[in-house]
Amino acid sequence: MTIEVLGISVLWLFLFGYVIVASIDFGAGFFNASTIITKQHHVVNAVIQRYLSPVWEITNVFLVFFFVGMIGFFPKTAYYFGTVLLIPISISIILLALRGSYYAFGTYGTKGHKGYTLMYGVTGALIPASLSTALIISEGGFVKKATNGTLSLDYAALFTSPFAWSIVVLSLTSVLFISASFLAYYSHVAEDNGALKLFRKYTWIWSFPTLITALGIIIEMKWHNPAHFEGMLNLWWLFLLSAICFFISLWLLKKHSYGWSFIFVVLQFALAFYGYGTSRYPYLLYPYLTIHDSFTNQTMAIALVVVFVLGLLLLIPALYLVFKLFIMNKPYIKKGN
Amino acid sequence: MKKMESVEFSRYLSMLTLSVHVVFATVGVGVPLFIMIAHWLGLRRGDEQYLLMAKRWARGYVISVAVGVVTGTAIALQLALLWPKFMEMAGQVVALPLFMETFAFFFEAIFLGIYLYTWNRFKNPKHHFYLLIPVALGAGMSALFITSVNAFMNTPQGFALVDGKLTNIQPLLAMFNPAMPTKVAHVLTSAYMTAAFVLASIAAFHLLRGSRSSYHRKGLALTMKIGLVFSIATALVGDLSGKFLAEYQPEKLAAAEWHFETEGEAPLILFGTLTETNEVKYAIKIPYALSFLVHSNFSGEVKGLNDIPKENHPPLVIHYLFDAMVTIGIGLTVLSLAYVIGLRRNWRFIQNKLFRMLLVASGPLAMLAIQAGWWFTEVGRQPWILNGLMKTKDAATTSPHVWLMFIAFAVLYLILMIGTGVVLTRMFKKNPAELEMEKRGIAL
Ligand code: HDD
Ligand code: HEM
Ligand code: HEM
Repeated sequence: MTIEVLGISVLWLFLFGYVIVASIDFGAGFFNASTIITKQHHVVNAVIQRYLSPVWEITNVFLVFFFVGMIGFFPKTAYYFGTVLLIPISISIILLALRGSYYAFGTYGTKGHKGYTLMYGVTGALIPASLSTALIISEGGFVKKATNGTLSLDYAALFTSPFAWSIVVLSLTSVLFISASFLAYYSHVAEDNGALKLFRKYTWIWSFPTLITALGIIIEMKWHNPAHFEGMLNLWWLFLLSAICFFISLWLLKKHSYGWSFIFVVLQFALAFYGYGTSRYPYLLYPYLTIHDSFTNQTMAIALVVVFVLGLLLLIPALYLVFKLFIMNKPYIKKGN
Repeated sequence: MKKMESVEFSRYLSMLTLSVHVVFATVGVGVPLFIMIAHWLGLRRGDEQYLLMAKRWARGYVISVAVGVVTGTAIALQLALLWPKFMEMAGQVVALPLFMETFAFFFEAIFLGIYLYTWNRFKNPKHHFYLLIPVALGAGMSALFITSVNAFMNTPQGFALVDGKLTNIQPLLAMFNPAMPTKVAHVLTSAYMTAAFVLASIAAFHLLRGSRSSYHRKGLALTMKIGLVFSIATALVGDLSGKFLAEYQPEKLAAAEWHFETEGEAPLILFGTLTETNEVKYAIKIPYALSFLVHSNFSGEVKGLNDIPKENHPPLVIHYLFDAMVTIGIGLTVLSLAYVIGLRRNWRFIQNKLFRMLLVASGPLAMLAIQAGWWFTEVGRQPWILNGLMKTKDAATTSPHVWLMFIAFAVLYLILMIGTGVVLTRMFKKNPAELEMEKRGIAL
């Protein structure tokens, strides 16, 4: 394995980590708000609050890790993505900022304002959509290079592309699917049957739309980016395994084995995510950037890898502590302290 | 023309985001130390009031951290969005401290989360206290790492530039550049100093409003004593920073001091105005003081602006920023010294209304000094983004929409600032210390 590949694998891992924890978080916010409208808020609120409170900041750090690492390992991406993504990413930042701070205001400050909850839900649905533009434009076709080398984003093409919209839809359905599956498990541990029933239902509702949009995107890829489509065909078995995990997770859900069901959901996404990532090798941005020509120098790469390993040695025990105290702690989940 | 506007607005947006972030970042770096000290005193002396103080400070602190985190995320992304060419180049050399900073935050965030939610969950209360150590350490380390990136912008090193390509890159050398020691030390001491005065302001405010509880008096005494120590440290390190500037960025010091002719026995100029022909008027001149600041003797030669190519002159307004910072620094040192001596000797005047009003002003003033200091050092680096290597105007994005984003972010920060203010006041007004002590059965 070359160090470029190691670098991108680590970053991909962070992005995957972010996708999972952020999905749970965004989805939880969305359910928390939407149940206000459907008058089932009292059922889910306790479970959601207890999970969200200690972890919201950690979720954010995953994102920061990803893009700081990206700039570290592949400094040219700062130039390409930085130049064209000013508006979409600024929108994401603003939404993330409102969401994070108003969540803190609502939780640590003054309790129980419905406005906070609604804002938290709405931003939870909008952020995945705006963040996914980074992924969409990386598939090529939307970034224009003028003759003098200036880069710009073709907004008209972006907004009228069915491919782009399918990815937006996928980001939303996956968020709700992952989140519902996790919260079903979490309410099961909390022995909160009302919430469990509701989240089990939501998991079912969002499961097939996720699978169908994902398949749709693979098919659209054939026209949008034939090279990437070829790459995906070569890795057909990974995507097949992912689909199998999908069905296993639903079967486990039926069997009331919620923990395992969630694990298979994660596995399903992991396989698809790695299949997607590997099949686009070596491109970071079609057709301008590959991981080879944008890679930083060897010295920096080695330094970053060393720091990364040392950092993990520090963080894993700390994360284990969080896990033990809050996420996997039965008395806490049940009572909230 | 379009290009010019992108640069201007990119600069304004950077200024805006950083100025907002640094308010919360300073609180974020400084306050954990005080929570720690209060918590420790509470455990050591078995004094419930100090424990409550730690608890209440921590509650306010989380709100500030939350806004610090979101504005920090904004600035980190904006570095790439607004200055893509700069990040492309600097990323190859200083990605290391940027990456380490993330780990430091992560560490801080995790333990802060645990600390907040585990009051009374440990059998041995000391274990709960120990959770604060990684919080304070993580915050301090993140300041160290990010400041070393900024120091690199002032004194870039750790690479060779051959035909426009970077070679022979040494990440550690880049991180430990000549500007780093004084900058990091000054940022840390000034953050602790500012946190001390901000907390002191709050205590003084309650005393001014007529609170009789010993809780606020204890808080004031504690924070003012520590404030004195860190004010002196900040001034001392500030002096070293001046010496650093004289050696590595003489143009910044000369612009700050309106020092045009290279000469010995140079005076220090405070305040005043500048005429069109660069004559200094209405200023207070302290003879020999600039030579002394730079060389620690009265005759040393100080480089003047006339010896530096005109296009590389930083804007001369930074003089006022420097003055503001130094005046506030000296003022707060005197104020805290007077308070601490007054407390020892039982002088009455530290309890009079006027003096307490000064104490209330100390926190906002310290925050102002932080702003002035950063604006001074950042504007004083102009026209360079990477001193001597890359001009700011060449680093900016080519996107024509920066002005729109500037407006959007200005609105966002306004909302965040108002939200923070409202939530903090409501949180503490609804539940004043006296009420909480009564509820918990702590003697007033
Ligand atoms: C409470 C805040 C505060 C106070 C009271 C002072 N400073 Fe300061 N100063 C800062 C907060 C600060 C800062 C915000 O932390 C800066 C901005 C960038 C930096 O490195 O530190 C800074 C920068 C800074 C620089 C520029 C360093 C550079 O550009 O590399 C100098 C020369 C001084 N300071 C000197 C002083 C002196 C002689 C002071 C005398 C009392 C003083 N400062 C008080
Ligand atoms: C000297 C100036 C700065 C200091 C002292 C500082 C310090 C801090 C601190 C202590 C926090 C944690 C939040 C809190 O406790 O309030 C924070 C958040 C953050 N800062 Fe700054 N910062 C500075 C400038 C910057 C700059 C220029 C960047 C951009 C590269 C940046 C990036 C971040 C990020 C990304 C976060 C959020 C991290 C997270 O998600 O937890 N900071 N900063
Ligand atoms: C947090 C405290 C800080 C404040 C208040 C601050 C303030 C400013 C101001 C006023 C400017 C505009 C200068 C001008 O255009 O005249 C600026 C520019 C800039 N600062 Fe800082 N700064 C801070 C820390 C940092 C740090 C730690 C970094 C690096 C990691 C940094 C990176 C930049 C960059 C890239 C620019 C734009 C280029 C330039 O104008 O030179 N700043 N900042």
